[in-house]
Amino acid sequence: MIHLKETEAPPGAFPLEVRGLTAAYREKPVLWDVSFTIPEGQLVGVVGPNGAGKTTLLKVVMGVMRPAAGRALVFGRPFEKARRWVGYVPQRGSVDWDFPTDALDVVMMGLYGRLGWLRRPGRREREIALQCLEKVGMSEFARRQISQLSGGQQQRVFLARALAQDARLYLMDEPFAGVDYRTERAIVALLRELKERGRTVVCVHHDLSTVTEYFDRVVLLNGRLIAEGPVQEVFTRENVEAAYGGSVAFAGGG
Amino acid sequence: MPEILHELVFDYTIRNVALGSAILGVAGGVLGCFAVLRRQSLMGDALAHATLPGVCVAFMLSGSRASVWLLLGAAVSAWIGALVILAIVRGTRIKQDAALGIVLSVFFGAGVVLLTAIARSGAAGQSGLDRFLFGQAASLIWPDVVTMGALAGAALLAVAVLFKEFKLLAFDPAFAASLGYPVRVLDVLLTSLIVVAVIVGIQAVGVVLVVALLIIPAASARQWTDRLSVMVLISALFGAASGVAGALISASGANLPTGPLIVLVATGIFLLSLVTGRRRGLLWSFLRDRRAAPEGLR
Repeated sequence: MIHLKETEAPPGAFPLEVRGLTAAYREKPVLWDVSFTIPEGQLVGVVGPNGAGKTTLLKVVMGVMRPAAGRALVFGRPFEKARRWVGYVPQRGSVDWDFPTDALDVVMMGLYGRLGWLRRPGRREREIALQCLEKVGMSEFARRQISQLSGGQQQRVFLARALAQDARLYLMDEPFAGVDYRTERAIVALLRELKERGRTVVCVHHDLSTVTEYFDRVVLLNGRLIAEGPVQEVFTRENVEAAYGGSVAFAGGG
Repeated sequence: MPEILHELVFDYTIRNVALGSAILGVAGGVLGCFAVLRRQSLMGDALAHATLPGVCVAFMLSGSRASVWLLLGAAVSAWIGALVILAIVRGTRIKQDAALGIVLSVFFGAGVVLLTAIARSGAAGQSGLDRFLFGQAASLIWPDVVTMGALAGAALLAVAVLFKEFKLLAFDPAFAASLGYPVRVLDVLLTSLIVVAVIVGIQAVGVVLVVALLIIPAASARQWTDRLSVMVLISALFGAASGVAGALISASGANLPTGPLIVLVATGIFLLSLVTGRRRGLLWSFLRDRRAAPEGLR
């Protein structure tokens, strides 16, 4: 793959470390004293019921929201000093897909961070973006207006943009939400490839039935941290019921 | 018509009016694209109305009708309006649409009161302020055109330099923040540029109608293209064409006000674009749907 400039390797600290994190919207606490550590090269699912603080966790990690207490470290540093190693995939519904732009252009946005101010994307950036689209099976749609893509295709465009960032840690907000079967397989294949290349991926995830298949580790949240660790050890009926409060249709390993 | 074109080149007044209208058309057309795409069209309207008290206060303080002072007052007033909107949205549970309505009506009301007070006081040149309500393009003199041109030029330069950043801000602010862009600063800057576009337009078109030149050319341009850069260029072209056409129709003896004519021409272009626009026009969509429909359904 062509790169503008190989991103220098991050320091040997954990990709993500959360210590005593507490966050609140006005007076309403959403996260309460959450601590965990994510080792490198792992696919991690962040799972919990609605309002469990999953998206809030991402916001605090990325410095969009200030924690009331505790902190999050990315590669041993505050997010502002580590963002060049972080790729982000927002929820698909968070943008207006009617915006006048095409798939290739959206993917090139992943390179803006490395381009910096004033410089414009050129042929080199276009080539990188095309390669990233190819990886998610979307190269034939490069010049397609983004509103003319299906939901799954739009999600793959977002993933291609994250790939263009060439990050070491990926934060993804519900990448599997409302996608077709083909996209789901494409995302799973992509996550595995990222893992093989030693990348770390943290996904906010909704679907309990696929946790064991997709992820190596799981963070079970319900305001508080219910459990965190390898899926086989932690994704048990007791823990899931503790997170969701009461009985749930459960297809986990325990 | 050839006579009016002759006058466009040689008649001082008509040349000023046409040039000023073209400048405001371009500024409104370019900044309007971002306002429309960020769903801030009504923000433009609220800020336009919020300029009125500033114009009056600037006149009372300086006693001058020079457009530089009045426009400076307008800008300060619109800026305060923008800050008030921001403070209401952040500090209370009132939503943005209500905040816009509050600022629009309160500031405009205060402006009208001040206008009346100035009229009562019999201050000389009061008639010069009335023109900010509905605009009076015919009163544009060369220094006004120069001021408008300088303001618009600065705003367009800023958009050209920060095009990539503004595009990202308009499309996906959360992602922009994750890349480390100072999203709040860019947001304030873009809003300020929209204020500049409004300021450029209020003398000619007036605070009530100026928002039309932000929204209509941009909405028209969107019908013709799926690329932001092309949309901005087409929108600028439509804005300028509306400005010049409105000015010429007004000057050709119809004795109709220029500002509203500019808005009507822009609306005509919009209707045409809505039907025939190459990318999303109704006509082309209809033809595409017909072609795409299976044989049996025709």
